[in-house]
Amino acid sequence: MTFFLQLVISGLSLGMVYALIAIGFVIILKCSNAFNIAQGNIVMLGGYLGYTFLAVLHLPLWASVICAILVAILIGLVIERLALRPLIGKPVLAVVMMTIALASVIEGIATLAWGGEFKTYYGVLPVINFKIGTISLPSETIIGLIVAAVVVAMLMFVFRYTKIGLSMRATAEDEQVVRSSGIKVTMVYAFAWIIACIVGVVGGILLGAVSGVMTSLANVGWKALAVVILGGLDSLEGAIVAGLILGVSENLASGYLDPLMPSGGGLANVFPFIIMVVVLIFRPYGLFGLKRIERI
Amino acid sequence: MSLPSGTFAKSYAQDMGIIRTKMQWISLLLLMVLLFTIPLYASNSFLTLLTVIGITIVSVHGLNILTGYCGLISMGHSGFMAVGGYTVALLSAKMGWPFWAALPAAGLVTGFVGILFGLPSLKIKGFYLIMATVAAYFIIIWVVLQFRGITNGTDGITIPAAKIGGLSLMAKSTYYYMVMIIAAVVTFLSRNLVRSRTGRAFIAIRDNDLAAEVMGVNLWVYKLQAFFIGCVFAGVAGGLSVQYISFANVDQFPFMNSVWYLGMLIVGGMGTTSGVIFGVAALKLLDQFAVKVGPMLANIVNPQAAVGMSLILSGLVIILFLIFEPRGIAHLWERIKNYFQSWPF
Repeated sequence: MTFFLQLVISGLSLGMVYALIAIGFVIILKCSNAFNIAQGNIVMLGGYLGYTFLAVLHLPLWASVICAILVAILIGLVIERLALRPLIGKPVLAVVMMTIALASVIEGIATLAWGGEFKTYYGVLPVINFKIGTISLPSETIIGLIVAAVVVAMLMFVFRYTKIGLSMRATAEDEQVVRSSGIKVTMVYAFAWIIACIVGVVGGILLGAVSGVMTSLANVGWKALAVVILGGLDSLEGAIVAGLILGVSENLASGYLDPLMPSGGGLANVFPFIIMVVVLIFRPYGLFGLKRIERI
Repeated sequence: MSLPSGTFAKSYAQDMGIIRTKMQWISLLLLMVLLFTIPLYASNSFLTLLTVIGITIVSVHGLNILTGYCGLISMGHSGFMAVGGYTVALLSAKMGWPFWAALPAAGLVTGFVGILFGLPSLKIKGFYLIMATVAAYFIIIWVVLQFRGITNGTDGITIPAAKIGGLSLMAKSTYYYMVMIIAAVVTFLSRNLVRSRTGRAFIAIRDNDLAAEVMGVNLWVYKLQAFFIGCVFAGVAGGLSVQYISFANVDQFPFMNSVWYLGMLIVGGMGTTSGVIFGVAALKLLDQFAVKVGPMLANIVNPQAAVGMSLILSGLVIILFLIFEPRGIAHLWERIKNYFQSWPF
């Protein structure tokens, strides 16, 4: 039982990482129908920014977060204006390759600036004591979950009730209609990228404080896409629920099934993808996604 | 394709001809002579680079048929190469097959694996298909690592030296000749394929699959056929690349390779045969440039500079091509040719 709980708890913190990456993906998709594969790298960049502000420059936490958010706004604007705006109306592959190329550039910059090394900074987050039976939850996981939940709640509010949120959803549906009804589409796109970058960077700072950052974190971004597929491509609540489901089930699978495998398992690397294939075949719109009917 | 003035097609067959003028024959012959005399005077490292480019061209031709012509985007190509590589390794190291038999077998095996992972393509497309092929890559690599009894897991397999008849292929120049012959044959095959009935069906599926189906193109048959052909080429390329270093290991087939193959298609020009060659050469040379310049930067910035530079450069080139020349170098080249052919005007 203790073993089971341990697996669940470490799965939750993994799921939190997945959820944070998946949220950034869903935001971009919800407003511009673009697939943002660079989100994993933006999270990684956030972790390195957190390291620079907290551990190198010794800023207090609130100042670091504000500085990081400013940088994130800048990155979001640059990405949207220079890379994604020329691709409006281009096929799926062009957008996917563009975000992959962006991911590669971001990873390259991180490698040049921080040497691609493992960086971590402990003791910056407040400590929360919380116990289930004899197992105590690590406070970073709780904070991460709270942050993720708050972010999702705020975003859901924005998407449902505010003018900018509504125009973002409308833009995803039909860009030309939105243009003709007097909404500035380019501003909507810029806003979406800024939000995605802020979520990514804040998540990265959190992640750096929990488990440290290194360039291989970007690979988690690919696994997080399985989360997006499971949760439904355009569903924010799906991102967080599916993130936790996949994080926990991946951990349980590798905890219980790995010993049964012929050569030591490594199931954690492939489990999200197996789930993803199953979801793609039987329920391509995911748990909470909008079911679309294709018309000629 | 632009032709010099005065060249007319008098029949459909003529119009479809690959080589239309005497000048094209001459330049093709010159290119062949150049390719096959390079080992006489080139340095070893240059020969290695060309061999790697040749192997990659074979693989990217497969991806071009799959993605460029049939519109089925695959990000599992590196995984399919791994299947081919491991087939060659197992057949020649454990079963003692000669290389000339193991290589086609690798192509066939990979082709059937490709059909297996191509099955979802009948139901899903676009981004969902990309994700399915990403999953295919990770599942293939995991399976390879799991069957440690057969594949040695992460330790890899050492492959005996290749021989065709009495001729050993160990020398860099002989291997170069073989790779270049295979690359030339594959280039010809894929150019030929796309002007056949099958190729036209692929293009119809890419442009609008519903319309293609209404016109009587059997989506089942042709989509799986595209996966089969694309993966046969990937398997052959994988076999060539493991035999080249006489060692098979999963680290030779990293996931990012499949992404870079797509990048090469974009830089070269998707859905063109010449674009494959342009794209592979361009990105590989760029990578080589980063490897050469990186160490100079390493003293100034940090020891990882070469890796970072290579990532930034390849990413930037893909971004620039996507924005400014989405039809790739092949289109650029056509425009340059056009400009000079009608020069004073």
